[in-house]
Amino acid sequence: MRPLIARREPIPPGQCRDVPTQAPPRAIEPPVARTAPALVPEAPRDPAPSIWSYRVQRLWLTPLFRKLLRVGVPAFVLCFGALAYFGDAERRAAIWDAGQEIRREIESRPEFRVAVVGVEGASDRVIAEVRAAMGLQLPMSSFDLDLAALRDRVEALPSVASAELRIQSGGYLAVRVVERVPALIWQTRDGLSLIDAEGHFVASLDDHVLDRPLPAVAGDGADLVVGEALALHAAAAPLGDRLRGLVRVGERRWDVVLTDGRRILLPAQGAVQALDRALALQDASQILDRDVLRIDLRNPDRLTVQLTRPALEEMHRLRELERETLTGEQNG
Amino acid sequence: MTILYQSQRAMRAKRQEAMRRGVIAVLDIGTHKTSCLILKFDQTNTMGPAEGIGAMAGQASFRIIGAATTRSRGVRFGEIDMVQETERAIRTAVQGAQKMAQVRVDHVIVALAGARPRSYGLDGEVTLTTGTVTDHDVAQVLAECDLPDLGQGREVLHAQPVNFSLDHRTGLTDPRGHVGNRLSVDMHLLTIEAHAIETLLYCVKRCDLELAGLASAPYVAAVSSLVEDEQELGAACIDMGGGTTSLSIFMKKHMIYADTVRMGGDHVTGDISQGLHIPMAHAEKIKTRFGGVIATGMDDREIIELESETGDWHHDRRTVTRAELIGVMRPRVEEILEEVQARLEAAGFDHLPSQRIVLTGGASQIPGLDGLASRILGNQVRLGRPLRVQGLPQSTCGPAFSACVGLALFAAYPQDEWWDFETPADRLPARSLKRAVKWFRDNW
Repeated sequence: MRPLIARREPIPPGQCRDVPTQAPPRAIEPPVARTAPALVPEAPRDPAPSIWSYRVQRLWLTPLFRKLLRVGVPAFVLCFGALAYFGDAERRAAIWDAGQEIRREIESRPEFRVAVVGVEGASDRVIAEVRAAMGLQLPMSSFDLDLAALRDRVEALPSVASAELRIQSGGYLAVRVVERVPALIWQTRDGLSLIDAEGHFVASLDDHVLDRPLPAVAGDGADLVVGEALALHAAAAPLGDRLRGLVRVGERRWDVVLTDGRRILLPAQGAVQALDRALALQDASQILDRDVLRIDLRNPDRLTVQLTRPALEEMHRLRELERETLTGEQNG
Repeated sequence: MTILYQSQRAMRAKRQEAMRRGVIAVLDIGTHKTSCLILKFDQTNTMGPAEGIGAMAGQASFRIIGAATTRSRGVRFGEIDMVQETERAIRTAVQGAQKMAQVRVDHVIVALAGARPRSYGLDGEVTLTTGTVTDHDVAQVLAECDLPDLGQGREVLHAQPVNFSLDHRTGLTDPRGHVGNRLSVDMHLLTIEAHAIETLLYCVKRCDLELAGLASAPYVAAVSSLVEDEQELGAACIDMGGGTTSLSIFMKKHMIYADTVRMGGDHVTGDISQGLHIPMAHAEKIKTRFGGVIATGMDDREIIELESETGDWHHDRRTVTRAELIGVMRPRVEEILEEVQARLEAAGFDHLPSQRIVLTGGASQIPGLDGLASRILGNQVRLGRPLRVQGLPQSTCGPAFSACVGLALFAAYPQDEWWDFETPADRLPARSLKRAVKWFRDNW
């Protein structure tokens, strides 16, 4: 359809406008004054929302419904889908395996690989022991290394006081070991063993080479009072080579045993002071050079001395002699 | 009367609920177009406008967040003629407005243009028991008004107390607290045909909406297009719609008369269609584009082509001058205005102190109408446009939307009506026990 047009023009004289415009053609087309938009053929019905589209739109504009649809339904679908998917045990296992595979791949990368173990701070024998105790299958991933357990295992070794494990760059596992230092030789019924200053077993004397002489102790419970034993040993230094060792008696007190089998019996309390007294006696009167079997210092008020049998007989003889002399003089 | 009270109170309760929710729709079902506005009430400034801007008629408390207009279908003379078609028009308008506002509305206030409104002036008088006027006395004096015989099948749409008088003093808008002996009230009652309300209710219900209020279109159009001094001093607002031309007279800020002439812009279109033998749509187009009521010599030279598609070359190639078009339009417009003048005269508009006439509505946009109207109606004629409201789209600012905007103002600031006051106890029917107690209390 042609646009609706109004033209502003002079009316041609004598022309009836109801007669169809078959006027002589004008030379100049008159200017178009106004144009109206084209008449669109009217639709048979006006567009209107159907009752259902209207209701749906209203429902959609309801805030609660909107929230439910936007959050609730996706959440429900997600949860339901996840539940349905993971409800199958095989699938779960497959996913778990895949996860583990990825994990293993990451763990076995060279960046995390431990190839070398270095043990330091101990003698070769202990180092070998530590290596054996750790028992690592190298190279292995640092994720598989349980350093705390390894440390416990290393520290469980008798000759190791403490250990420090550290994974260093370049796949190096550094183990710093502090060895136990033997302080005493402890003689038991099973044999000779070395114990350190805290009484811990270090090694058997058979498979340990001593780099310096150690004091020897014996008796049950001697390893519990190593400190006291060391103090007594230090106090007994003036005895020199004559000291053979210390014997724990009744897990209560000490005997000092000398090389010729003589003993100094020390009290449970104040053992060092008592030993000093005995050494003072030795200085003053060379009591140990005499025919004495035991010096009993257990009673602090009274020093008791057990003589050797010949000396005892000699003393008895001298006493007899003295008594006879005295009676003779009285008689005489 | 009790049923009316109850239904009107139910509507008011719904309106208050909608105000609490903050969103309400206003719907103007006209003959030519159906338009819907969605208002959002600002909950933050419930304190009301600040001092000094009270004259803004309260439009500061809401803003329009959605507007849609569609062609009306199935409405004749401002009354719903075909229910299903009207329902579709309402749905289209409401859906469009909702889409723009992005909120769902459940409550709607509707303006009715047609349905043969009839105005009554009532008065009541009561002797005050206590010296001071209280709420109870106001209710009593309102209840004292004699209800005229409304006729069969008519319903009260507005019942507004217009004026209170206390003894010899008159012109009180709110008599409460005044001291006197006799309180009398003048009330304006507007009735319309009941079937129009029922059909409207049915339509609104079918659209899943709830009716939160009803208003008369001439009333709300005047609310939006009369300025304050015109409302105060007296003015008539003539809302020239598509199918009806409704008029309302305001005095002291109250409507005192409303009536409808059952002719409007669509009749002008019909005349053009008949006179020029063209389809209605084309006639409407020509009317809006080239129409007028006062012909000048220039109009003889302006030629309008009448296009049609009958296939007859002679018929399809006709032209008319604009003067001829004006010649077709003018008698009808004159007829409308003369009818309006007759109604105004019947209402006693001559006796008002100020006789301003405001023309509004879609058909008031005919060029030269103010000149023609001043020749018929009197000198003080102006063309009115609706008040500017916050958020109103540019396309709905024209005079065709004055009823719509007025409805929004009416929703924000409703007028006190009869049913807003408590019914006095002795007017309640079938409450014999209560009445007995009251009698006992009064007499002992």
